Amino acid sequence: MLSADNLAFGYRGKPVGSGVSIDIRAGEVLCLLGPNGGGKTTLMKTLLGLLPPLAGAVRLDGVDVAAWPRKRLARVVGYVPQAHAAFFPFAVSDIVLMGRSAHVGLFAAPSRHDRAVAARALETLGIGHLHDRIYTEISGGERQLVLIARALAQEPRILVMDEPTASLDFGNQLRVLGRVAALAASGMAVVLSTHDPDHVFLCGDRVALLHGGGMAAIGAPEAVITPAALKRLYGVDVQVVELPGQQTRTCVPAVEGLRRPRPAAP
Amino acid sequence: MRSGGLLRLGLPSLALLLLFVASFAVGRFPVAPHDLLAVLWAKLSGGPSGVPPAVETVVWQIRLPRIAAAALIGAALAAAGATYQGLFRNPLVSPDILGVAAGAGLGAVLGIFLSRSVVVVQALAFLGGLAAVLVVYLVGAAMRGRDPVLVLVLAGVAMGTLLGSAISLVKVFADPYNQLPAITFWLLGSLTAITLSDLLPILPVILVGLLPLYLLRWRMNLMSLGDEEARALGAETRRLRAVFIAAATLITAASVSVSGIIGWIGLIIPHAARLLAGPEFSRLLPAAMLLGAGYLLAVDTLARTMAAIEIPIGILTAFIGAPFFLWLLASGRRGWQ
Repeated sequence: MLSADNLAFGYRGKPVGSGVSIDIRAGEVLCLLGPNGGGKTTLMKTLLGLLPPLAGAVRLDGVDVAAWPRKRLARVVGYVPQAHAAFFPFAVSDIVLMGRSAHVGLFAAPSRHDRAVAARALETLGIGHLHDRIYTEISGGERQLVLIARALAQEPRILVMDEPTASLDFGNQLRVLGRVAALAASGMAVVLSTHDPDHVFLCGDRVALLHGGGMAAIGAPEAVITPAALKRLYGVDVQVVELPGQQTRTCVPAVEGLRRPRPAAP
Repeated sequence: MRSGGLLRLGLPSLALLLLFVASFAVGRFPVAPHDLLAVLWAKLSGGPSGVPPAVETVVWQIRLPRIAAAALIGAALAAAGATYQGLFRNPLVSPDILGVAAGAGLGAVLGIFLSRSVVVVQALAFLGGLAAVLVVYLVGAAMRGRDPVLVLVLAGVAMGTLLGSAISLVKVFADPYNQLPAITFWLLGSLTAITLSDLLPILPVILVGLLPLYLLRWRMNLMSLGDEEARALGAETRRLRAVFIAAATLITAASVSVSGIIGWIGLIIPHAARLLAGPEFSRLLPAAMLLGAGYLLAVDTLARTMAAIEIPIGILTAFIGAPFFLWLLASGRRGWQ
């Protein structure tokens, strides 16, 4: 569906990465994993068409999107930024409604249909009760869900999510990942970046490792996320443990200094 | 939401109406309410009013132009302020952010320095304001690859300072008895001696500026999300930003060219309107314009009635605006996060 073809990305005079080829399929969650500065965000911006590719191309169903107007692209690809504090206290309904811009005429205001789509997007994520709340007054986890709802209101086929679990508490991280997995199950293609390899095991169908601007590996999480790969990515020793009876794996750090003996109780 | 609309626009409209009547009545030459009614009725019915001609002159030749100017310019500056604040995602932004006031100031000051007529001074102020913003915009556009909003703001600050110094330079050379008072008075803003023929040229300019703001009122919300998010949602932000800047600058430059620099309205009125109507721009814009019109009308009426001499409006708007702004900060009712 969305593919990067031998993509070089970055800023003019400051390339970040090159030689990345990915194909994102309908109904799958593709995770981008890599250290800070590894190029995840820049790659995502390039996939979204927010940055022009330095070489190679971003294609949608085989068609180069470089010359597409924003509106056309926005009807296919939705972007979920990291939950941020908005500058003005918009109502949640107004924020989600902004996801309809690609469907609303330049001089028009959203129609009844647009409002219905926005309300449905909130319901899909189980946050219909936030409709009339003020965006700046809800929690970080709720904001992240609202931004996902806004992207859903775009009615895209592909969602690009920049660290949707960053700055969320443990419960909200898992809730957001659960919603992401459900969206993929309904046919959405999802690209998401994360700092937590465990999240890849939880919801990723495939994972791409980004390191130093290049793609170190891409494939099924079990095949790609290995102690050796994590050592190369992050420079720390990690064991990858299969959880008996859970059909999933988890990462256990083996960093010197961690897990020291507890001081004796007084 | 419907009943909220009444509170949002109904009360300010009523207040504005009362202010209109009050502004006609009070002043150095008070007009009694029944005389005012008689004059208005005579105009509507075409018959004789039966009041002394001096009263008619005061109402039609002196008060009306001033009241119309105050309402128009107040609404215009508030609309421009709300636009700039949304565009730059910053509630501390005023219409001067890109140097329009400083540019207009330099134009007007040069006109006064060269002893030109009022019309020329106004034209120079208008063109100076537009030119300053155009230069800032071109500088911003030349610096690709950085946050376009930040580059614009920084270029605007630099431009404002530069033009401010140029104004000071002209003041040094100006004739201290003739020109310097006129320059000082212009820089503080005033609607004294404004006539309907001053307003006629700026009215269409302001309407032309307001039109895109009205047409793109819903799109404006996207701009306050920031450049990348707005683009990801399907907005052609560079074009939209150019249109909004051009519109708000046109409005501000036209207003400032006849009134001089009236600060604070474009800064605090959008805040007050946000408290009343929320940040959504299609609701914010009419609320801001109503409040702006009422506020400048009230301030101008104070300016001409408080003391034996006219007090420059810029001084009053600052005296009222700065404490209000501090109250907003202190009370936490900021209307932004």
